[in-house]
Amino acid sequence: MASSGASFKSGGARRKATKKGLVFTVMIVGASGCGKSTFINTLCENPVILRKDHADAEKAAQLKTIGLAPTTVELDEDGLKLSLTVVDTPGFGDNINNEPAFEDILGYIEHQYEEILAQESRIKRNPRFQDNRVHVLLYFIQPSGHSLREMDIEFMRLLGARVNVIPVIGKADSMTPQELNAFKKRIMEDISHYKIPIYDFPYDEEEDDEETIEENNELRSLLPFSVIGSEDEVVISGRRVRCRQYPWGVVEVDNSKHCDFSKLRYMLLSSHLHDLKDITHDVFDDDDEQD
Amino acid sequence: MATDKKTLTGYVGFDSITSQIEKKLLKRGFAFNLMAVGRSGLGKSTLVNTIFASHLVDSKGLLKISENGQPIQTTEIQSISHIIEENGVRLKLTITDTPGYGDQVNNDNCWEPVVKYIKDQYSSYLRKELTPTRDRRITDSRVHAVLFFIAPTGHALTPLDIAVMRRISEVANVIPVIAKSDSLTLEERASFKKRIKDEIEFHGIRTFPYADVFVDTEDDGQPLNDDERAERQLINAVRDVIPFAVVGSERNVVVDGKAVRGRRTRWGVINGIDGFVENEDHCEFVALRNFLTRTHMQDLIDVTAMVHYEGYRTKQLMALKGQSNN
Repeated sequence: MASSGASFKSGGARRKATKKGLVFTVMIVGASGCGKSTFINTLCENPVILRKDHADAEKAAQLKTIGLAPTTVELDEDGLKLSLTVVDTPGFGDNINNEPAFEDILGYIEHQYEEILAQESRIKRNPRFQDNRVHVLLYFIQPSGHSLREMDIEFMRLLGARVNVIPVIGKADSMTPQELNAFKKRIMEDISHYKIPIYDFPYDEEEDDEETIEENNELRSLLPFSVIGSEDEVVISGRRVRCRQYPWGVVEVDNSKHCDFSKLRYMLLSSHLHDLKDITHDVFDDDDEQD
Repeated sequence: MATDKKTLTGYVGFDSITSQIEKKLLKRGFAFNLMAVGRSGLGKSTLVNTIFASHLVDSKGLLKISENGQPIQTTEIQSISHIIEENGVRLKLTITDTPGYGDQVNNDNCWEPVVKYIKDQYSSYLRKELTPTRDRRITDSRVHAVLFFIAPTGHALTPLDIAVMRRISEVANVIPVIAKSDSLTLEERASFKKRIKDEIEFHGIRTFPYADVFVDTEDDGQPLNDDERAERQLINAVRDVIPFAVVGSERNVVVDGKAVRGRRTRWGVINGIDGFVENEDHCEFVALRNFLTRTHMQDLIDVTAMVHYEGYRTKQLMALKGQSNN
């Protein structure tokens, strides 16, 4: 498994990963064709999600429901083991009426909280119980270049109340740098205007050190993250590079000048993993218990 | 009574009727009505501006916000007309830019405003035809071509796209186009096109040019002559390229010392967008533009009048007849 080059640091100034075998669940939501599956495969450095292009038009026409399919991958970086569960949501947002699909997704998230509650209330607990709470939800925005669609606003707002939501722009290579910056700016304005709750790298001015504050500010300024995915590796000038080849040039996945993929990966699996888990357990789950 | 062909014994000169017609047509001017339909953010307005090399429409991408903080969608369909001239030929070009559909949670019946608009033009034309004292020349506001923009997902058509394309293709000429195709590699583009063609065929959606509608030749069971064969060949060639993979731009980049329409990214420059640089690998814009303006413009107008409008007219008149009989 090729190393992405980002070393697996143990969570900033806060927690140290004392236990071996961290568990982390990421859910990916967005209309099809935004590059979600490719992103997952790029993130896991393995073809985790197989191409779902149903063999022909006839089968595709018969498919009615979307499937919420969690897949678990064991990642190992610099000796630290991470059990990453990815929940893909194929077909979301493609239909004429998308309410049922959306309810499925929200239902899945709620169900995980209910499961944990049921488990903790047991007198005899199951030692092999798996905590499937969704720690972060990556919401893929189509690279339209305009602003958020009504569907995006509605869904992010409702989802953001129950889980950490991070907006991501998929297939970011369809935009020029200027278009991308303007797009990012408009999206953040929309998010602020419609009061959409997202995970925006919170820090405590009093408690956190300067390095952490700076790091969080930098990540916050990149929101929403622009990503490009590729499962193909090509050798360019002697290096093996994950990229997309166009007639006019080559886009590199891990090049931070081309997209924010590497920063997003590092933030998700390394620097902010614990923060995301903590917030899920303390903030979102707490709401559930008080009901 | 069959008319037989007679050979002339001398030159009469009625062959000048073509230039007589041309003179009259030039004086009258031509009209072409184009509509762009697709989900929002696919570059419809930008492409339209690129085809006719002038800024004709403004992108209506940004959502408006109402007082209580809820977003309002502009669902009005607006047409803008411009008169453009080339070598003495005046063209009144009407662009109907539809604001993108599919942004809402529930998009049921989102095709209705578009279909209604198209039918309204037929209705208005029919009324003018049937008026006792009618205009000498009825202004033709019927939509001659609908460019249907498909998002470059690389997968397949969405159920929403299929529903909208089908309903519009029942009332007007639909030409599918892959929008923002610069996000697809060449292999992805080829397989995506094939997939779209398969889906269109499977769902029975009829796109222009139609394999079985020939404007200039009659299907009378006789073997094809050269002209007829050429027409069919042209239609097949175009059906092969469709959907056109396009990229739009209103900005210029410099290629070989010339300023041409292009897109500059951090990893390369995309050109071939406006036809000054012909670059099929980058974009099939040239094929689309030639198709719309240089080879099939009159066909689009004729098929709209002879097929789509006729169908509407027949239905309406039969309904009227049925009412008067009761």
